[in-house]
Amino acid sequence: MEQLLYFFELFFGGLTRGSIYALIALGYTLVYGIIELINFAHGEIYMLGAFTAMVVAGVLGVYGLPSAAILIIAALCAVVWVGAYGFTIEKIAYKPLRGAPRLSPLISAIGMSIFLQNYVILAQTSDFVSFPQLLPELPFLEKIGSIMGESDFIILVTSTATMIALTLFIRYSKTGKAMRATAQNRTMALLLGIDANKIISMTFIIGSALAAIGGVLIAAHMGQINFAIGFLAGMKAFTAAVLGGIGSVPGAMVGGLVLGLCESFTTGYFSGDYEDVLSFGILVLILVLRPDGILGKAKVQKV
Amino acid sequence: MFKTRIIKALLAALWFMVLTFPIVGIQVNTTARNINWRWDRIASMGIGIFVLALLWNWCFERKALGLPIIKKLPDSFHYSFNELQNRPLFKKGLPIAILAAMLLMPLVSSIYQTNIMISAMVYVILALGLNIIVGLAGQLVLGYAAFYAVGAYTYGLLYHYFGLTFWACLPLGGLAAVIAGFLLGLPVLGLRGDYLAIVTLGFGEIVRLLLLSQGDITGGPRGISNIPRPSFFGMKMTLDQVTNYTYYLVLAGVLITILVISRLKNSRIGLALQALREDEIACEAMGINTTRIKLTAFMLCSCWAGFAGVIFAAKTTYLNPASFTFMDSAMILSMVVLGGMGSISGVVLAAMLLILAPEYLRAFSEYRMLLFGAVMVLMMIFRPQGIIAGAHRDYHISENIREKASPEDEEGNADSAERASA
Repeated sequence: MEQLLYFFELFFGGLTRGSIYALIALGYTLVYGIIELINFAHGEIYMLGAFTAMVVAGVLGVYGLPSAAILIIAALCAVVWVGAYGFTIEKIAYKPLRGAPRLSPLISAIGMSIFLQNYVILAQTSDFVSFPQLLPELPFLEKIGSIMGESDFIILVTSTATMIALTLFIRYSKTGKAMRATAQNRTMALLLGIDANKIISMTFIIGSALAAIGGVLIAAHMGQINFAIGFLAGMKAFTAAVLGGIGSVPGAMVGGLVLGLCESFTTGYFSGDYEDVLSFGILVLILVLRPDGILGKAKVQKV
Repeated sequence: MFKTRIIKALLAALWFMVLTFPIVGIQVNTTARNINWRWDRIASMGIGIFVLALLWNWCFERKALGLPIIKKLPDSFHYSFNELQNRPLFKKGLPIAILAAMLLMPLVSSIYQTNIMISAMVYVILALGLNIIVGLAGQLVLGYAAFYAVGAYTYGLLYHYFGLTFWACLPLGGLAAVIAGFLLGLPVLGLRGDYLAIVTLGFGEIVRLLLLSQGDITGGPRGISNIPRPSFFGMKMTLDQVTNYTYYLVLAGVLITILVISRLKNSRIGLALQALREDEIACEAMGINTTRIKLTAFMLCSCWAGFAGVIFAAKTTYLNPASFTFMDSAMILSMVVLGGMGSISGVVLAAMLLILAPEYLRAFSEYRMLLFGAVMVLMMIFRPQGIIAGAHRDYHISENIREKASPEDEEGNADSAERASA
């Protein structure tokens, strides 16, 4: 019985982690699907989300609002501001490089990532800062408290809702259809009157907003953040995106969950020392053995 | 025209003031519960962005018109400079003058300055090594610090457990890095450009994490200390002497590296690498085994990182995994990008600039990494070829050959013309 409980604890822990990875991985996958760019600065976008939420929550906390209201307002602010960051970054660092050799935007993205980390160090701090305790108590979780805490529950519910909303948006809304069309064939989409620049901006905004939600959730869950959290989370989310097949939206979700579960079980049953090595190892292996991922389709490079 | 520019810049300033408001403008202390509104910072942000936006738009206008961003110097100056450049005295004299200055430097400078120069030169070696794969072969490698770490830890561990000296470890460090390069390169080099970048990044992190977690062997985060400095036939030297000695050693290393790489550039392998950079598919069609040539380049560049690592370990006498993070890889990469991919003098200049400038401009050192990042983005947009552009080889069929070929067979002519245009 105890073993079963432990198993479920690890299982839900993995799902919680995995859904955060999935939220960030979606940003990678959406951008890659449309402009074939690995947006290296995406991890930093997530970190900016956590920092914006921390600042807003801090200000509201001083004025003494109820904690649930603070959490919701902080999350909304983070989504709006980080969406704006994503939009601006695309305009500055990637748009002028459209049509440039493939490695140019990648180097530009690495530069952007270094820039954003140091921007936060200079503007805020390079130390860990504590994120206020804002999560509400959920009495109905008490019975199963040992296998699933409040933050796990909230992360799972929020991220599931976000992912369902995203799927519906991409499938049924006009913008979502335009996004899919652009991803499939940009020239054709342009001929049909779709404004590709607008769609690319939109993709960056949506991807950043998803990362911001991830950032707020993880900040509330862990209780402390610093400027470097984006790098590791970004790498793991990228692993998840590649695992599921980069460019594929359901792939990113599946990849995130699989990675989260893998990490949780290895940490729980073997040792926590190799948690990060494991995800980088998976990344290297999957790129070498099956670069198109679980749900991706193999593409032949054409001349 | 003028008015629209001002309005555009004002809008950009306003946008950035709103955008950066939460992170730049507010500092909250959650434990003491006080808020620090930093309006002054927001105001200076607005002014700064206004100026930058004007510059940015101006640069783009010039770029769209195909004009150079920095105005050309007057023709007479240009002419005299060209003249100067072609004089044999200048051509030979400049390198000799620089070399003489470098040779004399430790005699007049303090230990502190000599030490800074040593680390700058270690980075020159690293950047030149990375330049083989990034600059010549056009393959982006993001985990270069891993090979550097392999070299450094080879010396650290072999000394710690077996008492091997610097001179025994120098080739072993290079060898270990080459083996690491081979083992990683073999499976991954068939991958497409951006995937290769990510795999090497993953490998770099794995190496660092393993160094951290294998505490019983590598000392974990505490690292290895008391690594001996390089020795000279067992002579006893004071700190001053050994620093100068290390300086000359590294200088020799830099010279050898420059020599080898400039020879490599025009060798068969070097030409194949440059063909690979220009067009992978065409290169393969010309009968070059791309995977094998990539592997060769990869092993060569990791070999240099291994040597640099051993020298680094001997210079600092202390090693821990924090010296081999992704930021270090990114810094070496930015030297290559900034200097001009494939250009030796450019890369040397950029490496010196990036290490020495923050040391001598203390006020600027806080902003160092911020500027690195910004410079990488700006270089890609406005001057992707770097400070000193690496020479691209152009082939022209001389009129003489063309005339000879035309009467004999038409096909040969068409073929050579096609090659010339390609």
